[in-house]
Amino acid sequence: MRLWQRRAAVLLAAAAGGVLFARPLLGAEAAAPTTPGVKIDGAYADWRNLWLPPDISQHGHNIDGLIYFLHGFMGVLFVGWGVFFVYCLFRFRQRAGQRADYNLVKAKPSKYAEIAVAIIEAVLLLGFSVPIWASVKNDLPTEAQNPLRVRVLAEQFAWNFHYPGKDGKFGRTAPQFVNTASNPVGLDRSDANAKDDIVSGEMHLPVDRPVICDISSKDVIHSFAVPVLRVKQDAIPGMRIPVWFQATKTGSYEIACAQLCGNNHYSMRAVMVVEPKDRFDHWLEEKSKPPEEFEEE
Amino acid sequence: MSSHDHHTQGHGSGAHHELSFWRHYVFSTDHKVIGVQYGITALCFLFLGFCLMMMMRWQLAYPGQPMPVIGKFFGEAAMPGGIMLPEFYNSLGAMHGTIMVFLGVVPLLVGAFGNYVMPLQIGAPDMAFPKLNMASYWVFAVGGIVMLVSFFVPGGAANSGWTSYAPLSVIATMGQTLWLIGMVFLITSSLLGSVNFIVTIIQLRAKGLSMFRLPFFVWAQLVTAFLLLLAFPPLEAAGVMQLMDRVAGTSFFMPEGLVVSGVPSTVAGGGSPLLWQHLFWFLAHPEVYVLILPALGIVAEIIANNTRKPLWGYRPMVYSAIFLGFMSFIVWAHHMFMTGMGPTISTFFATTTMIISIPSVIILTALVISLYRASIRFTVPMLFALAFLPMFAIGGLTGLPLGLPASDIPLHDTYYVIGHFHYVVAPGTIFGIFAGIYYWYPKVTGRKMNDVLGKIHFWLSFVFINMVFGPMFVQGLAGVSRRLYSQVGYAHGEAVQSWTITSSWGAWLLGLAQIFFIVNFFMSMRAGKKVSDNPWEATTLEWAAPSPPPHGNFTTPPVVYRPPYEYSVPGLAKDYFPQHAAAEA
Amino acid sequence: MSTQTLPYTVHPHPVTGIYSGKFGTWLFLASEVMLFGALFSSYVLLRVGAPEAPSPLHWPSHEETHLSWRIGGFNTLVLIVSSVTMVMAWASLKMGDFSKGRRYLWLTFLLALTFIVVKLSLEYVPKLRGGYVPAKSTFFSLYYTLTGLHGLHVIGGMVVIGYFLGPGAALWKRDPEYYTNRIECTGLYWHFVDLVWIFLFPVLYLM
Repeated sequence: MRLWQRRAAVLLAAAAGGVLFARPLLGAEAAAPTTPGVKIDGAYADWRNLWLPPDISQHGHNIDGLIYFLHGFMGVLFVGWGVFFVYCLFRFRQRAGQRADYNLVKAKPSKYAEIAVAIIEAVLLLGFSVPIWASVKNDLPTEAQNPLRVRVLAEQFAWNFHYPGKDGKFGRTAPQFVNTASNPVGLDRSDANAKDDIVSGEMHLPVDRPVICDISSKDVIHSFAVPVLRVKQDAIPGMRIPVWFQATKTGSYEIACAQLCGNNHYSMRAVMVVEPKDRFDHWLEEKSKPPEEFEEE
Repeated sequence: MSSHDHHTQGHGSGAHHELSFWRHYVFSTDHKVIGVQYGITALCFLFLGFCLMMMMRWQLAYPGQPMPVIGKFFGEAAMPGGIMLPEFYNSLGAMHGTIMVFLGVVPLLVGAFGNYVMPLQIGAPDMAFPKLNMASYWVFAVGGIVMLVSFFVPGGAANSGWTSYAPLSVIATMGQTLWLIGMVFLITSSLLGSVNFIVTIIQLRAKGLSMFRLPFFVWAQLVTAFLLLLAFPPLEAAGVMQLMDRVAGTSFFMPEGLVVSGVPSTVAGGGSPLLWQHLFWFLAHPEVYVLILPALGIVAEIIANNTRKPLWGYRPMVYSAIFLGFMSFIVWAHHMFMTGMGPTISTFFATTTMIISIPSVIILTALVISLYRASIRFTVPMLFALAFLPMFAIGGLTGLPLGLPASDIPLHDTYYVIGHFHYVVAPGTIFGIFAGIYYWYPKVTGRKMNDVLGKIHFWLSFVFINMVFGPMFVQGLAGVSRRLYSQVGYAHGEAVQSWTITSSWGAWLLGLAQIFFIVNFFMSMRAGKKVSDNPWEATTLEWAAPSPPPHGNFTTPPVVYRPPYEYSVPGLAKDYFPQHAAAEA
Repeated sequence: MSTQTLPYTVHPHPVTGIYSGKFGTWLFLASEVMLFGALFSSYVLLRVGAPEAPSPLHWPSHEETHLSWRIGGFNTLVLIVSSVTMVMAWASLKMGDFSKGRRYLWLTFLLALTFIVVKLSLEYVPKLRGGYVPAKSTFFSLYYTLTGLHGLHVIGGMVVIGYFLGPGAALWKRDPEYYTNRIECTGLYWHFVDLVWIFLFPVLYLM
């Protein structure tokens, strides 16, 4: 290595380090969450959890475990591969009087490495991903587990949560009844089942009880994303797709839209309140008192 | 070498030069002129796409703050008081993707490098259909102009993302119509080009140049051409259908019962929003390999040349490329795991996705093993080619958690996806493009680009491009959705806002670093060091032609005697043995 | 300059056994298969996804579409005959009979014109006037898109045939074999356009 190259390398390393240290100077000091309205619970962006948000769901640890393992696996591959790469760069750089070896090496190790990678991928897929996915998709809670059923109806740019009320039956809905302010989901008020239905812009859930959300949309495609629940499901107009989970920790959390849905996609945020059973029941009670009021929050 | 004066003497030089300026430089049928036209146009678009992104990065880092200096030039409809509106941000996002993919990277890889280098590498006098080649450039240019015009129509350019998911794109402003029309032109251009490429590679190879003596770059172009040929038409069909939805009020992608902004929709309904996604990704996944294979081809050429050693595993690489091509047609739905897909279908697509990673691993491994017992020259193109390898590896590895449906749940549609595919196409493909520009510049101009400026350009780009895209993985893991006008307002977004700012500064510094390239690029045309026809002491056929090659390319039709990368053959005085040399000179 | 001509524009490549133009035409047709394939797939998907009869969105029966299989059948016949005349044109040219070849090309052109005129005057215009517009239902969206795209292909074929009847005919004098090859490629394309119609006709008129 020539002197200027060595100097350049040192300078670059310094620059790379400097960039990291300079982050506070660039206004990068992480500010305390200043989310308007409700205070959001949980500690976010902890590098020890690989920056994953806190997990308050029953199934989330499986997904997190897979993600941790995958990143470990990726790290091992990358570092192992990188060590060989960097070794070659130093060891086999051009030197006077030396020629490259015309003959190609018999690279058994690389073949074994490739086979190992293929096997690990197969195990990850069949052993971990498929079962998790199947349980998320197929193992909807049975009636015996007494799941709460909520309809989630997305629109530009808000989430509507439709609860069946005491009778456990959803009232009839139709597009012609929709009124953005007073009747966002288009409930047919003449339907007996609709009498005690609750529609809210804030999602309230009981802790430790399975919840089935039927996700749909009024207009364009949205995506129901709850980072702390490890839940994401596209809300597609014309389809009603169930997704289920069980929250294990009370608090206020965020629901975001993960699919570009128009100008205010960024502000399509809702608050999800996970609360003990009695408080949840109380909220239902409060909400169902004056049945005419379907205010958006 | 009488051909040298072809360019320098110009038009007045007598009988052998009847072509007017227009026929020679504008409506030329010479693959080299067309290649340069593609190259210049696409570099301009690449720069434009980059500028759009740098503006978006301001809004992301400092949301709601007026953009310094340039903010006031965009008018009240886009940036009142210098503050970017969400609709303008969405336009920038959609057009950044469209321009980078369809007007920047593909035209550079295929239109420019493919057009210029491929016929030379196979010893052909030109493409099989020169007029078709010209038509394909001009259709591309019209498509580009339509896209540019769309910025100035009411409502601005398309703002439904480069993926144009229906129904959002169907109810979007007028820019979307122009986007669709522009896409039809670009697709037509690609189809014309791909027919031309395949026929040229199959029919016009020099004597002795069997398929397994082709440089890997030509193989990459061949597979790419097949992908363009077969994957683009479904998008054209989908584009026509979306155009019908927008213009004729049909409902291919519109279900019944929509209520948009409180108003029940009047379309008949009966369509399927997912149909668009299937047709779109049926193109767009092969498109990923269109973006990466030619770049791998460029990198393979440069690595063979600068390791002074035959490529390790040439045949497995070729088979892998072909296999990648086939597989890329049956992985598309891994972009759609969150559309309510059941376990059976998702398992199928996850399996094909895992399988498609194997040939990519083989190609990458072969390129790295090629370094073993080599004699590595750290030329500027080699630096870019070497940096391509680990960064492409990061791009590939981070595809793993996205390809498994379970781990895709929290990461889908977050910044993790953005980081993943940008590592493939930006530090990956665009570094491959830079490598190719530095490598073939002497062939096009007869001069070399400046080494010191090139190295500065490389090191700065290398540091800053990682500073741009590395933080995106953190944002993605933290759960921040993509395509947000601002992530401030979300607790999980604000917690990683610092990384966004880091990323933005990376982007602007990366932009500054390109000044070294731009200066070098133009300065070297006049002031670059004049070099011989084969300055890199390479073996492939393009270096057998004069620099720059005359019309018709070769002074005598070349004959090929050996495989493409015969470097450091034992017993020879020189460490390279050109494909066309009958015996050592 | 550029006296060097490209090889295999006229004569077949010794290994592939095909001249470049024909090879290119086949590749182009492969992409066309994908284009119409995507549209046919969309047809299948939308038809399978359509609800049953009482729903206003159900797939319409023949009585509801008012598409006449007689007109469609007539046009099918016209295109099949035009395919035959196209082959005859090529065969005549191959045997060196330019004027006969030209007559058959004219015939092909006129048959194509018949197809378009029938399509427009007896189908499109009355349908559109009668309120059967593309927006009416998914069926009519597909009907107009598929037949419209096919119609554009027919018109494209007419332009190419017209070119070889008009200014392109000069090539015959310079290089008859080259001219014959180009008619062969045009014919390949023309057969493909017919073939698409042969799929479209039952799918839209009979099924």
